[in-house]
Amino acid sequence: MNHTLPLLVGIPLGMAVLTLMLSKASARIADITAFLTTLVTAGIAFTLVGAPVSTYWMGGWFPPFGISLVFDGLTSIMLLIVNLVAFLAIIYSLSYMEKYTAKPKFYSLFLLMVAGMNGVVLSGDLFNLFVFLEIASIASYALVGFGVEHQELEASFKYLILGTFASTMVLLGIGITYSMTGSLNMADVANTLKGMPSTTSMAFAAGAFIMGFSLKSGLVPFHAWLPDAHPSAPAPISAMLSGVLIKALGVYAMARVMFNVLGAAPIYMDIMLALGALSMVVGGLLAVGQWDMKRMFAYSSISQVGYIVLALGLGTHLGMIAAIFHLLNHSIFKSLLFLSTGSIEHATGTKNLRKLGGLGQKMPVTATTTTIGALSISGVPPFNGFFSKLLIILACAQAGQWFLAALATAVSVVTLVYFLKAMRFSLFGELPKALKNIKEVPFPMAFSVITLAVICLGVGIAYLVAGPAFTEIFLQPAADALMDGIRNGSSSYINAVLGG
Amino acid sequence: MDLKELSRDESRGMTLIVKTISRLIMSFVILFGCFIIIYGHITPGGGFAGGIILTIAYVLLLLAFGGKVAMAKLSNFWASMWDNIGALSFVVIGFLGMTGGYFFLNFLDHGSPGHLVSAGMIPLCNIFIALKVGAALYAIFIGLSVYGRIVTEEEK
Repeated sequence: MNHTLPLLVGIPLGMAVLTLMLSKASARIADITAFLTTLVTAGIAFTLVGAPVSTYWMGGWFPPFGISLVFDGLTSIMLLIVNLVAFLAIIYSLSYMEKYTAKPKFYSLFLLMVAGMNGVVLSGDLFNLFVFLEIASIASYALVGFGVEHQELEASFKYLILGTFASTMVLLGIGITYSMTGSLNMADVANTLKGMPSTTSMAFAAGAFIMGFSLKSGLVPFHAWLPDAHPSAPAPISAMLSGVLIKALGVYAMARVMFNVLGAAPIYMDIMLALGALSMVVGGLLAVGQWDMKRMFAYSSISQVGYIVLALGLGTHLGMIAAIFHLLNHSIFKSLLFLSTGSIEHATGTKNLRKLGGLGQKMPVTATTTTIGALSISGVPPFNGFFSKLLIILACAQAGQWFLAALATAVSVVTLVYFLKAMRFSLFGELPKALKNIKEVPFPMAFSVITLAVICLGVGIAYLVAGPAFTEIFLQPAADALMDGIRNGSSSYINAVLGG
Repeated sequence: MDLKELSRDESRGMTLIVKTISRLIMSFVILFGCFIIIYGHITPGGGFAGGIILTIAYVLLLLAFGGKVAMAKLSNFWASMWDNIGALSFVVIGFLGMTGGYFFLNFLDHGSPGHLVSAGMIPLCNIFIALKVGAALYAIFIGLSVYGRIVTEEEK
């Protein structure tokens, strides 16, 4: 039993409230508490890397009756991503959010969102998965509309309506699952379902889950909210939404429920393959035509999440490793790209590519980090994106899906095209007259983007130099947790929760 | 104007009949809310339902006497504060359980079932939830009613 598990939910939840109370005395305190809270949660997430599989029983109530928090390989990597990006986004916010009023309210909502996401990835029962999903979602609805301008409120409202629909679908799926199995504990449900013949009701529940989680992860054709919501939010929130929220609430939850609870039937795998391939292609093609930088990156997120879900849908061991690796990489370079765009917007006041240009001369740090992010996501060696995309293509080929392998390669060329477009019109070319007097961003913002850029390069080099060791530590445990659902009907997961 | 003058001002709120009846009813509504909260662990109801009933008393005050009187009784600052205090205390109770070995462990003496002082920390949780829910709902209500009116008056 690991006593740090509830802290990952409890600390941000408590501090979200305390930050708001203390900020009535002095607004500066909010900066410090938010920074320290994310530092502590990121520290805990780091110490948990490589820890053995463990279960925590809330209030000493044992499963299948009580609420349990389950920590395994997949949870470990998700916790690391969520808390690392949150920590860097908070450092970035220290100076970026100065231009907004009500900074403490921002931190409070931010910490609430982090608590929700940590809860989603730790939760061992379906109903608490839903509760934490809603905590994170509701905080994110408010954060998308944080600028309270017309466009932001419209995007927030659209996100609210579609997000609530997604949550309702998930709740419907949970309700049906509960009525069929009489339990909400994921391991207990998986155990009961193993001994049951497949029924129409469970197929309907699976459909509801796939629909709800696809909407949360912004897969085509459920993506309508994402290109509005992600660009409208303040830059650190765009980074959190595109970097981790769609993965924790969408991809992780879908993978956990499909593989470890419902038992990975071939039909669900095929649906995931189809959704992944469709998002990959459509998201990529739509991104090419965008002139708003953040909007382009939002479409790019749809495309990249398509890659991850495609690799998950293959159902092979290499596919799982590739999916987890791409999930880790995408969260790093997409948050880097959104934070860099935030820096550009902070300095120039615009994110329209037609009004930008030549920023390389005036903002060397931001230009370098944007370039690193763009090269990583386009899959240029030796950056991290190259290896995960290569693994996805190899996994497709290994599974005999030659068409999908070719498609993934083609979309990666498309990715390169639109990122070259973004770089050509923002960093290179001639500096417009209106932007003669721009300055480089302040230290906290630069620190965040530099750290993320270093991680991009570092992960790529680490994989190049010590590929097997890197896979062993970070990717293998998560892939094993998912493969457990395909090979043994989640028996190790069930044993860890019910037997331990 | 102090609170007494505000509440007697006939240009604010509803008619004298409504004001008198509201003044009489309000204390009973609060009493009933407290009953639902405190007996939450042995009878139907609990923190959430009781908190809503407490808010209804203040909403009644707001509707009958107008926003200024309600805000003088419980301002948006204190609504937000009570909201935070309720939520924070709830999390703190969870952390206190860790002294017994588990997060949210019911570490207090359970007492005998059916008595008012029993069930360990459950009554405390009910009280904190009532604070959280009641204050938050009141804050939402003044957010939707009073704030909107201030903006439109300024625009005029």
